[in-house]
Amino acid sequence: MGNVMGIIRLDGANSMLKELCEHRPVAALPIAGRYRILDFAVSSLVNSGIGHVGVLVSKKARPVFDHLRSGKDWDLARHRDGLAYLPNDGENGNTSALAGLYQNIDFVMRSSAEYVFLVQADTVYNIDFRHVLLFHQNTGADITMVYCKAREDLPGEAASMQVAENGKVTDIAKRMTSTKGSNDFMGIFLMRKDTLVKLVTSTFERGGNSMLVDGIIRHMDEFSIYGYEHKGFSTRINSTMAYFNANKSILNPDIWNELFMSEHPIHTKTKDAAPVQYKNTAKVTNSLIGNGCEIYGEVEDSILFRGVRVAEGVKIKDCIIMEQCQIEQYAMLRDVICDKNVVVSEDQWLKGAENYPLIIAKSTVI
Amino acid sequence: MSKTTCVAMILAGGQGSRLGALTKKIAKPAVPFGGKYRIIDFPLSNCANSGIDKVGVLTQYRPLELHNYLGTGDAWDLDKSDGGVFILPPYARDKGADWYKGTADAIYQNLNFIDMVDPEYVLVLSGDHIYTMDYAKMLAAHRANKADATIGVFEVPWDEAPRFGIMNTDEKDGRIVEFEEKPAKPKSNLASMGIYIFNRDFLDKYLKEDATDDNSSHDFGKNIIPTMLKDKARMYSYAFEGYWKDVGTIESLWQANMDLLQDEPPFSFTSAWKIYSNNPSLPPHYLGRDAKVTCSMLNEGSMIMGEVDHSVLFSGVKIGKGAKVTNSVIMPFTVVEENAVIDHAIVAQNCVISAGAHVAGSEGAIAVVPEGETVAAEQASVGQQVS
Repeated sequence: MGNVMGIIRLDGANSMLKELCEHRPVAALPIAGRYRILDFAVSSLVNSGIGHVGVLVSKKARPVFDHLRSGKDWDLARHRDGLAYLPNDGENGNTSALAGLYQNIDFVMRSSAEYVFLVQADTVYNIDFRHVLLFHQNTGADITMVYCKAREDLPGEAASMQVAENGKVTDIAKRMTSTKGSNDFMGIFLMRKDTLVKLVTSTFERGGNSMLVDGIIRHMDEFSIYGYEHKGFSTRINSTMAYFNANKSILNPDIWNELFMSEHPIHTKTKDAAPVQYKNTAKVTNSLIGNGCEIYGEVEDSILFRGVRVAEGVKIKDCIIMEQCQIEQYAMLRDVICDKNVVVSEDQWLKGAENYPLIIAKSTVI
Repeated sequence: MSKTTCVAMILAGGQGSRLGALTKKIAKPAVPFGGKYRIIDFPLSNCANSGIDKVGVLTQYRPLELHNYLGTGDAWDLDKSDGGVFILPPYARDKGADWYKGTADAIYQNLNFIDMVDPEYVLVLSGDHIYTMDYAKMLAAHRANKADATIGVFEVPWDEAPRFGIMNTDEKDGRIVEFEEKPAKPKSNLASMGIYIFNRDFLDKYLKEDATDDNSSHDFGKNIIPTMLKDKARMYSYAFEGYWKDVGTIESLWQANMDLLQDEPPFSFTSAWKIYSNNPSLPPHYLGRDAKVTCSMLNEGSMIMGEVDHSVLFSGVKIGKGAKVTNSVIMPFTVVEENAVIDHAIVAQNCVISAGAHVAGSEGAIAVVPEGETVAAEQASVGQQVS
């Protein structure tokens, strides 16, 4: 798709993710044992043949730069097009994605692309954007918005869409909760480049702050908007519970296969970790284990990221343990999310609740 | 090119015929090892970690997969604008074309590459050994000794010494006084590791002389080293302490994989001395509700529903419910279906072990399933090669 470019937004429901997003945007939140959430958006764009991707960066961008670097791991380090960073200087304190887009509008205008996917990288999916483009061209829409059926009732910011049988979007509403079965917007817009330029400039120049609310919801009658339903797995990370549940859904082998084992792999930064070492006392069931882990203890219904060390006598159940954590002898963890580099010392017992996981901040020693 | 101290030449053209079915389609250095690596990752990573950034890889036998694996060398940070990996297969000249006739001839035919890089020293390595080693230290010893040549040596058990090329050295300073190829009555247990550092001009002279000798088999161990010794050249041994394994046979390849499963593995995979490799984009592996995995190494993209003990599994391996894998090496994307049993075996890439099938070898007679084979249930096999 040489005539299509992608623009990635890193903003999202940071406040609902508490400590997890204190030092990083949602898009950079580690997920599924080795990825960051933005890997799903960037890989889907690249796998759909889109080789020109701009990333709108604003606050807390270091983890994003550290992860994407030149874009090489996604085949985006190219002489022609490839990856571009689009910074927002936050003039007048405006760090919204819309302000970022406005500031970088010349980048969009200069591109030879005819269409633009504007993608908020806070959602887990593996989607073929070529189907979305085809849909867009067939319906003759001005704007196509991609949605999915919500998987469960959960608090967290969501935009639900009313979609007529022919795909036309008749209403959009932003709520602070998502209801099972509603048509939740996945943060993916597709439109012609000139439509985007017009939308961004006219919305921002009239004091707008949000592309969705000020640009689209308030001007529904000016555009022909269509909804494309993504029928595969998709989940938006807009709260700690959504994050906790999303990780655990990937323990379902069908979802694991759908997301990661298709002909369209999800790419991420490579780290050259060794294979996982299971010792003679290891007992691991229904879990995802990232490379570089060394396991002596018991792990059940959990996700371990790269380089985690689980000592003898340890019991971990229903947990997410991020990169380089050390869980020392006879510690017990249940319903816990350990951010990177956490050390849980010998004999410590930590317990959250099934609907309220205990979050241990990055580099904490307990 | 900027001034180069040392260039590495990795001999990667061998067929590895003693690995039988495993090297029917790929060269020995491309054989998978240790759950995610290929044998050549070890010398390449050692070079990268030792600060050697110009590396010639001499290929000949079945080079396609090896060339594809090496790519631009970026996996080992060897994709430099002023150096990196140079793939050196045999090529035709105005007077015709020649295969590499021996280890020394392979380097001789690439003297033009060495001239281009213009190094002070040439490090010659094999592409078929498993070890982690800092070549910079060996080079420092070579310079300190003002040596013409330095040979990496390794202490082997005395009873195994007759299987190796043995260096007899002066105990005071390590100067080599005699070289014996597979001596019946060894005088020393210092075996050559097939790792050589030569002063460039010194090597150049001996290779050119050897090339004109029709009686020579153009081999470092058989011809070049003995000739240099005869000429009383300054040749020193460099003793390597640590894990080193020649994985040239099915048994030794299996054993080296099993060595990784010891309580204290022979080398730490988590240390700063990383072994780099080409990483496919695969998710962390998944262990199912009935999985039982002990004393094993597993890589990304695998899905385990059965039992795995004392085994090394590569990426994308599927182990079905009720299946049992023990004391075995399972290479990438092989599927072991439900209730299949595998013991003391090496199963190569992309195989299918059908439901209920048995593949059983024993210590000393490791079963081998070659690349791409399907083993049917009724084809239950005991020992040796299954095909």
